[in-house]
Amino acid sequence: MSRLTKKIIAIASASAFVSSAAIAADLTVVSWGGAYTKSQVEAYHKPWMAKTGKSIVSEDYGGGIAEIKAQVESGNVTWDIVDVELSDAIRACDEGLLEQIDHSILPPAPDGTPATEDFLPGTLHDCAVANIVWSSVYAYDSSKTRNWNKPTKMADFFNTKAYPGKRGMRKSPKVTLEFALIADGVPVSQVYDVLGTEEGVARAFAKLDTIKDDIVWWEAGAQPPQLLADGEVVFSTAWNGRVFNAKNAEGQSFEMVWDGQIYDLDLWVIPKGSKNKEAALDFLAFSTATEQLAAQASWISYGPARASSVARIGTFHADPSIKMASHMPTAPANFKNALQNDFEFWADNADQLNERFNAWLAK
Amino acid sequence: MAKLPPYTSTGEYIWHYTFRVICGLIFLFLILPILVVLPLSFNVEPYFSFTEGMLSFDPDAYSLRWYEDILRNGMGAPDAPFGWAWLSDTWNNGQWMRAIRNSFFIGICATLLSTALGTLAAIGLSRSEMPYRRLIMSILISPMIVPLVITAAGMFYFYSQIQLSQTYLGVIMAHAVLGTPFVIITVTATLVGFDKSLVRASQSLGAGAVTTFRKVQMPLIIPGVVSGGLFAFITSFDEVVAVLFLASPEQRTIPRQMWSGIREQISPTILAVATLLVILSIILLTVLELLRRRSERLRGITNS
Amino acid sequence: MVDSQTVQLEPITAADGTPLKKKLAQALFRSRVRAVSLVLPLFAFVMASFVIPIIALMWQGVYNDTFSSYTPNLTEKLKVWDGMSQPDEAMYAALVVDLETARADRTIGRIATRVNQEYPGTRSLFTSTARKAKKLKAPFKDSVIKTNKKWDNIEVWRAMKITSQDLTPAFYATALDGRYTANQGFVSQDENRQIYVQLFWRTMMISGTVMGLCLLLGYPVAYLLATLPLRTSNLLMIMVLLPFWTSLLVRTTAWIALLQSQGVINDLLVYVGITADDARFSLIYNMTGTIVAMTHILLPFMILPLYSVMKTIPPSYMRAARSLGATPTKAFIKVYMPQTIPGIGAGGLLVFILAIGYYITPALVGGQDGQLISNMIAYHMQKSLNWSLAAALGGILLAGVLLLYWAYDRVIGIDNMKLG
Repeated sequence: MSRLTKKIIAIASASAFVSSAAIAADLTVVSWGGAYTKSQVEAYHKPWMAKTGKSIVSEDYGGGIAEIKAQVESGNVTWDIVDVELSDAIRACDEGLLEQIDHSILPPAPDGTPATEDFLPGTLHDCAVANIVWSSVYAYDSSKTRNWNKPTKMADFFNTKAYPGKRGMRKSPKVTLEFALIADGVPVSQVYDVLGTEEGVARAFAKLDTIKDDIVWWEAGAQPPQLLADGEVVFSTAWNGRVFNAKNAEGQSFEMVWDGQIYDLDLWVIPKGSKNKEAALDFLAFSTATEQLAAQASWISYGPARASSVARIGTFHADPSIKMASHMPTAPANFKNALQNDFEFWADNADQLNERFNAWLAK
Repeated sequence: MAKLPPYTSTGEYIWHYTFRVICGLIFLFLILPILVVLPLSFNVEPYFSFTEGMLSFDPDAYSLRWYEDILRNGMGAPDAPFGWAWLSDTWNNGQWMRAIRNSFFIGICATLLSTALGTLAAIGLSRSEMPYRRLIMSILISPMIVPLVITAAGMFYFYSQIQLSQTYLGVIMAHAVLGTPFVIITVTATLVGFDKSLVRASQSLGAGAVTTFRKVQMPLIIPGVVSGGLFAFITSFDEVVAVLFLASPEQRTIPRQMWSGIREQISPTILAVATLLVILSIILLTVLELLRRRSERLRGITNS
Repeated sequence: MVDSQTVQLEPITAADGTPLKKKLAQALFRSRVRAVSLVLPLFAFVMASFVIPIIALMWQGVYNDTFSSYTPNLTEKLKVWDGMSQPDEAMYAALVVDLETARADRTIGRIATRVNQEYPGTRSLFTSTARKAKKLKAPFKDSVIKTNKKWDNIEVWRAMKITSQDLTPAFYATALDGRYTANQGFVSQDENRQIYVQLFWRTMMISGTVMGLCLLLGYPVAYLLATLPLRTSNLLMIMVLLPFWTSLLVRTTAWIALLQSQGVINDLLVYVGITADDARFSLIYNMTGTIVAMTHILLPFMILPLYSVMKTIPPSYMRAARSLGATPTKAFIKVYMPQTIPGIGAGGLLVFILAIGYYITPALVGGQDGQLISNMIAYHMQKSLNWSLAAALGGILLAGVLLLYWAYDRVIGIDNMKLG
């Protein structure tokens, strides 16, 4: 008997040990980590916690809808609100993995414009509300003395003669294929038409073939600044906000090339069956209000999804001399040759192009 | 070192020492990667290589900052003054601290489960009366053989349907299954050399089945059980594939935390954690060796 | 052990008067029950938490009812369709009804995803037509084709016919770089989308290389350990056991620290002057990295079985061979080596079995050409969410591993597996 008692005590103490680990949070917010999550914590999480007195647990993930699907289908939803890309939001919504969002809960602009008119076109969806516009660009470290002219074009990224060295690219056909076509001389307005044909796909892969041996593939958004800083690569595709923060908050001397940038939305979605749906909706409405979206823009150079917020963009938190407006993907100087990610194209062709991309990688 | 016999030729002398050198290099290949991690984890710079300062043993080139980072990472107020509040902050919010707690909790639970079930099964399997012994044995050992990705994917798929994925119980069950083959193998090994006449002697002296088991069999198989348990524990403690598939962030373990660290931002904090894990495995290895010796002594075997 | 007292050498009857034969059978039966009841808890546990989940997953590789369960009307019609004639009005009508329901239930995405797996590029055809389904009017064939002329393409209908079959070889066909079609049966996949067969071969090749390297490195070490005096060999054994007991991730991290282009080995090479600072070697994030790290991780699994076999070979055999005039090399090859074959078999098979299913190390250090089939299975489980394809790929891998396991059991016997 005494042995059994000992065992019970051991188990009980062990469970007490872990129960302190089980965090009792009122809301679990999931986002992409790094500087981006930090901007959201500062602009959304902290004020919301102060206002409601509730607690938030912030989790990082790497994108995609696999985890959401797993949680919803297992009936054990631990994520309450998730920051996703547009094509994923649409797909998850079509598969019934997300809660529908009634747009009337979104607060109007300070001047009284209803939210449905204040949000930029294409940023409100049945199951998703956009918060920011972000962009894929490529960047380099200007502190490393190199014997070349400043790169200015997407084509320069693919020019290994004039710009020798390794290049970082995201391990995904999305954006990568578009970049290849833009570099190959396809005007941004025709990229998806060309990519929709067999010849176009072959052309994109042929262009990638020219630098294949020089590519270092990255998977998480925090990697490109690291790769550049370590000197592992001379160029890397990256998310513009990450590069901006590495430069202005961490003192790296990175430069971005905006030519051929591909911009996309990040949206809030609520997995179906979230245990804290009310809190999630309240957080969603709070964080996408004019003031919060504008506040976030002072932490990272991603453009707010509301017209009224765009007008209120201020200066960088770490350096008030930097006006954030000119660093947004949508700033006129940066927007000259830009392409919007076509979520419908990717919804249709992601499986097929992923397969081809993987086959191409393995060759 | 063994003396070479007098009839050894010069060629054999040369070969003898060349062979030793080759073996030395292979031992170096085995051990060097593990040893290299240790000094690098004290690097003051966030690099994975020896700096000049480190090579000239400049104390300023070494620091404990990455060990501090294990505690600080994820804290609410990492720069607050050291005290009870700071300790409770790191205990409750530190990402690595959470992973450490999870690893031990899941590891201990899985070990208890797999050791209890595995020991019983090994005793049953060692009896000659057991029907279909070979078939059952091969099924029970198979978790060690089936590729982890298939196991983890199957569990993810099946546990999701019965609401076990993303729970502690699900992860513990997965780890327990993965640990049982080790318990069976080690306990069976101690039972193979078990002298049946001891049982008969105990019975002829009037002991019942339970008493015989407790007083005669148990002490003899205990070293096997404990080393099987250690194997089961290290299996759970080191396992990451099942955790990747089955666990939610709440159940993150040390290897899972290292996995995302390596994939996303490989900082020397990982090396600091790695160093701690190497120390842990040295401790486990020592315990195991002591157990082995004890077992041999008890069973009267002098050389292995 | 009450019965052993009753089983005494009495003629014909036992103490309580029952015939001895019967009594013995009872005793045997009882000890059988006891043995089984000891094994049963674990057996049930392993079945419930391991075997059944794997069978359930494998079942997904041949059975997928996504399409038929969300489009009951259309499935009915597709069943009787021959796959050759033009689809008729009734089929279009059923399509409209099902799309409308699917839109309302938010299951349209699942249907579209499933058909898109068989016929890429059709996803938005389903989602966009479903949005308009409510407004479509009879005759449905014309109005549906008017929303999108792809609906006139018989290939779309053939793809739907394939997906409407619950029990399907389609995923295994994909896993072997083929396609299963409604009109032509099995055909081979477009060349630029073929990947899996090549990946299976590469997995075999890398596993074979790792096994070979482990044998090459493990054999001399095991020999040394087996021939040295026990005290020395026990000390050296630590060098083998410590890596064995050290976390897989720690060892993988260590190799990253050593091999990366700003890592220890490259720094050393630059320092010594073997290579220039801007021409550092790519030692990791490629196949080299995978092979080096996997060899290091699996080497103890080769050394330990080899060692335990070599330990049992009496040194007198070699001496006898020498004294009969054999050269050392000949004595070694003719006398010693053949006796170590069981160890080579055990270690080699174990290393190969473990290598073929490796996932973590290739994922972390494999780069683009060091990925194995396990990585693709994980990709389809977690990223593309094509669980049925993952199950089919897993089924092929599992079949291979079980075959090897069977061979291992046959040749060596799993009871002889030793650890540490």
